[in-house]
Amino acid sequence: MELVVFVIAAAMVIVGALGVILRPNPVHAALSLVLTLFGVAVHFVALEAHFLAAVQVIVYAGAIVVLFLFVIMLLGVDRTEDISIEPFKVQRPMALVVGVGVIGLVTAAVSSSRDAIGRGNGLEIPTVTGDNDSNVRQIARSVFGDYVVAFELTSVLLVVAVVGTVMLTRRIKTGKGES
Amino acid sequence: MTLLATTPTTTWYLVLGAVLFGIGAVGVLVRRNPLVMFMCIELMLNAVNLSFVALAKRLGDIGGQTTVFFVMVVAAAEVVVGLGIIVSIMRRRPGATADDIAELKG
Repeated sequence: MELVVFVIAAAMVIVGALGVILRPNPVHAALSLVLTLFGVAVHFVALEAHFLAAVQVIVYAGAIVVLFLFVIMLLGVDRTEDISIEPFKVQRPMALVVGVGVIGLVTAAVSSSRDAIGRGNGLEIPTVTGDNDSNVRQIARSVFGDYVVAFELTSVLLVVAVVGTVMLTRRIKTGKGES
Repeated sequence: MTLLATTPTTTWYLVLGAVLFGIGAVGVLVRRNPLVMFMCIELMLNAVNLSFVALAKRLGDIGGQTTVFFVMVVAAAEVVVGLGIIVSIMRRRPGATADDIAELKG
């Protein structure tokens, strides 16, 4: 059963990712991104990261993709771009070589260190949920305990990002100086 | 039915993360539209998140999931700033691709 879930979710992830890089229309690419993000959320549920699965769906598949679609519609770039034009002849073969190289290297590293990360016993070890706390409670204890300084700095980061974006996209009125 | 009884191991998840990262890297290198390049960066971030969660489960350490939480927050902030930059560039020169703005000059 877990195998079926893994195979279906992995197929969703791969098909969505290929759709993002192969679809000429940016809107289709954004919708393929939703498929990938849902597949990753299913994997999170299978890996007992329930809180992160919920956040993945709400923040990524909800907010971020809607933001992408909003910008696509706002800028009016929702027409099919011609991806057959290639400015540099060698770029696509080289990109393919780089991609296959990255996948091959990481796969080789993972399979050579298979003994270190456990072999054959699968994900049976009930360690994350070993104590009877729920996943959300464990994450809360971690975020507001060990990582509370990083959490507070994250709020500063969000404020800076929002203020910076407002400054970036603001039209500077002519005749009123720098303000 | 022994095939259906096998459970996916951590290695499977790491390999899937590697494949997803590779596809995202190819997308960043190949596509010209800045918006689609941003989506490919999101793909790579998700690949790393998947690896983090798989190893958190395997090693029994909730810190991996906490890291993914922070990565999500930073990714959201990055998307907001990046899309703001893209909007202000596109407003100045519509239909710009990554090659047109290679000199970073207005």
